[in-house]
Amino acid sequence: MKNAEVVRNSDYSLKARHNPEYTRVALFVKSFKKLCRNPLSASGVIIVALLLICAIAAPLIATHNPLEQDLARVLASPSLAHWFGTDEYGRDVFSRLVYGSRVTLYIIFLVTIIVGPVGLLVGTMSGYFGGWVDSVFMRITDIFISFPSLVLALAFVAALGPGLEHAVIAIAITSWPPVARLARAETLTLRNSDYVVAAQLQGASACRVLFHYISLMCLPSLIVRLTMNMATVILTAAALGFLGLGAQPPLPEWGAMISTGRSYMLESWWLVAFPGAAIMLVSLAFNLLGDGLRDLLDPRTE
Amino acid sequence: MDVLTVEKLNVTFRTDEGLKHAVRDVSFTLRNEKLAIVGESGSGKSTVGKAILRLNPPSTRVTAEKLQFGKTNLLACNEKEIRAIRGQHISMIMQDPKFSLNPVMTVGEQISEALSVHRNISRREAKEAALEMLKEVSIADPEHVYSQYPHEISGGMGQRVMIAMMVIPEPDIIIADEPTSALDVSVQQDVLNILTRLIEKKNISLIFISHDLNLVKKFCDRVLVMYGGRVVESIKANELSNASHPYTRGLMESLPSLKHRRETLPVMTRDQNWLTQEYTT
Amino acid sequence: MIRSRVSRVTKKTGVILITLFGLLTMTFVIGRLMPIDPVLAVIGPDADSSTYQQVFDEMGLGKPIWVQYYYYLQDMLSGDFGRAILTGSPVIDDILRVLPATIELASIAIMVGVGLGVPLGVYAATHRGRLGDHLTRLITLFGYSTPVFWVGMVGLIIFYAWLNWAGAAGRIGFAYDGMFTSYTGFYLVDTLLSGNIEAFVSALRHIALPALILGLNSVSFIGRMTRSFMLEQLSQEYIKTARVKGLSERSVIWKHAFKNIRVQLLTIVALAYGGLLEGAVLIETVFAWPGFGQYLTDSLLMGDMNAVMASVLFIGLVFVFLNLLSDALYKMFDPRTQ
Ligand SMILES: Nc1ncnc2c1ncn2[C@@H]1O[C@H](COP(=O)(O)OP(=O)(O)O)[C@@H](O)[C@H]1O
Ligand SMILES: [Mg+2]
Repeated sequence: MKNAEVVRNSDYSLKARHNPEYTRVALFVKSFKKLCRNPLSASGVIIVALLLICAIAAPLIATHNPLEQDLARVLASPSLAHWFGTDEYGRDVFSRLVYGSRVTLYIIFLVTIIVGPVGLLVGTMSGYFGGWVDSVFMRITDIFISFPSLVLALAFVAALGPGLEHAVIAIAITSWPPVARLARAETLTLRNSDYVVAAQLQGASACRVLFHYISLMCLPSLIVRLTMNMATVILTAAALGFLGLGAQPPLPEWGAMISTGRSYMLESWWLVAFPGAAIMLVSLAFNLLGDGLRDLLDPRTE
Repeated sequence: MDVLTVEKLNVTFRTDEGLKHAVRDVSFTLRNEKLAIVGESGSGKSTVGKAILRLNPPSTRVTAEKLQFGKTNLLACNEKEIRAIRGQHISMIMQDPKFSLNPVMTVGEQISEALSVHRNISRREAKEAALEMLKEVSIADPEHVYSQYPHEISGGMGQRVMIAMMVIPEPDIIIADEPTSALDVSVQQDVLNILTRLIEKKNISLIFISHDLNLVKKFCDRVLVMYGGRVVESIKANELSNASHPYTRGLMESLPSLKHRRETLPVMTRDQNWLTQEYTT
Repeated sequence: MIRSRVSRVTKKTGVILITLFGLLTMTFVIGRLMPIDPVLAVIGPDADSSTYQQVFDEMGLGKPIWVQYYYYLQDMLSGDFGRAILTGSPVIDDILRVLPATIELASIAIMVGVGLGVPLGVYAATHRGRLGDHLTRLITLFGYSTPVFWVGMVGLIIFYAWLNWAGAAGRIGFAYDGMFTSYTGFYLVDTLLSGNIEAFVSALRHIALPALILGLNSVSFIGRMTRSFMLEQLSQEYIKTARVKGLSERSVIWKHAFKNIRVQLLTIVALAYGGLLEGAVLIETVFAWPGFGQYLTDSLLMGDMNAVMASVLFIGLVFVFLNLLSDALYKMFDPRTQ
């Protein structure tokens, strides 16, 4: 649902668009500082940083082994020994959450490195060459966009069989079209800009123009789109996990944890409450970050 | 009698690049007359007009030693008081009817609304008055135009509607901000004639904002010349030929003339000092 | 003029046809990819190998893939979506049977979305850059970030288990099931028409929580779109004209600016309604709501290929339809396009 909104607001200032220097390091640092001045985006940055730390230093942060069962202490409510309680096998929920951040990051990372390049390639080619290339690509994205992405992802996972990797593929398949649309829209506005025309006059090949000039200029808005997409990816992955189609036990994926916790939820609320809160927090962080980045690129919405 | 007194009006905008001091120490008094404010684009003319009606965006800082309309101090008005002034006592005609009319309301609704905000009248009465007003701005088929949408009428027609809308509550002052600049040359004079006829008939004072000295010279009584946010000259229209300020003279000289050919086109020279010098009468 | 209109309509029709064709292809591909043996799904694991061979041939599975595709298209275009293994009845009947439950849920949810989202968006736009605006942004981003299935469970824990305000899972209390005549399939309407107030209250208690939660995501979407549309309008020149007339801020906002975004909003609401179907898949699972979403997930988990393909196709069709509808609404209500 966010797609419509993001595409709408994706165009950013002319300054950024027509001056390639704008993307360079100094400006990056400056932008980052500006981003952090907004308390909402700053909290997004902090939460994402925490997520990264959790994932990297999971063994240091976790208080227990996330897979170790302790049948003497099943479904223990939160206490000093088990901050977020234990699950039906007596595993420590907090430690599972900490390790779960690795799964979350793994999914986000894989989806993004598939969706980003594919969307960029399809979109820029579509916009740059126009004609039948454009028609074909855009009809294909039309078809994908005609399905709600979760439903399509569900169908694909069902077809491929449950599992983490299949979930990643399914999510990637459903989330590249909006990215391609965005890249195409950007390319259309860039195609006739002075500096692209200048490059063409200098004899740069289509390939060079596409990769060296246009793709580079599409990057900022693409990054915003991908950042906001990460929030959606987290939710979709969790939903698949919840339906039993994503990551499989005993992997501590947050959605799957909610799914198994569901049977005990009326007595052991912590099995559901904490993993869900984690999903929401991380998804919110990426949304805040993406929203902040977009404002940075689009002064109109400030 | 002075209708409006402005003393040392200053307007500062807060922008991304810092503060922008757009209007500096502007002073003038408006009597029952046609006063022109002339200057190049960006000299702060519109900002002055908007400041009088307190229409600048909320982040704007407006200060003045005096901003007096009749007995009312406009700067001290609260929201409600200024709303009672707007339309009823002071109103404003915008530049381009393409943008200044609400695209999803019929022309008639927009005109009668301007009246019914301030008067306690029935819908029918408002409609009658609006139709009458449409006739007064020389629209041949008021009934038909009444129910048209802005995109269905021409620019000249749109500006006449705009005039009707602003004149209908019979205000004391109308500020016309480049009312003809966006129009086709062929209809500019018509619209201008309608405007002057109406304000003379209804005894309305006019502040006419324009970048076109030639136009203003012909039908206004007095001219304020603005440059870089300051008033650099205030002069009777018929005395423009002996204007003292070099900028005004420059503007006069660059006007095209049919009477004598020129060997070389004059080039405006500007002086940094104009931006800081106090204006003296 | 007429000519360009005709060519636009033809082009549009072409795009729709291609999209529909694409939808069919996609569902076919998904169906073929499924790791489940479609024959076994029909005859059950105990059947002998001659029955297997017979059904295998009947289903045309021995034919080349493009022939199968051709048969598939033929079936679909003639409205034959096959039988659901789970229920044994034609899939199309199943879908029509479960649909009212979902429509009822989604309709209440969209009312929540519009009722909360529009005022929120208008408020944010008119308080741009101030605390209220930032808060609205935070709230709507929360709405985007919450997993609906999780909120559903937390809602059940709090409002059902702890406070006992909401009804449990399902559409209505057991006691009232079948106690009223089904006119429309919408329980809220049917119970009222039957004059069974107690049943109505029970239905209301059951639908309130899932509908509210389902609506949250569209509150965010509608709210943010409203804000952005309103900001665009409020910066227009005609707003200044309205102020010059001496109109109150309220008239300026609602009578002038809002009037200009109504049509845009209508199209957004149509899109949001489609988005609700997506949420319904999850929320219906949590609340055991016997609607389309639950039907889809049940079929998925059972590997009921016919039901899955038809359901996915159906959702695609609904989406295409809603998109067309939102286009049509635009044309109908905007004076500029008439
Ligand atoms: N809302 C605003 N924010 C910031 N700067 C503004 C704003 N409105 C006008 N300005 C600046 O103030 C100066 C005067 O503008 P304006 O009064 O519109 O000039 P004029 O009407 O004479 O062309 C210009 O430099 C313009 O950029
Ligand atoms: Mg101006």
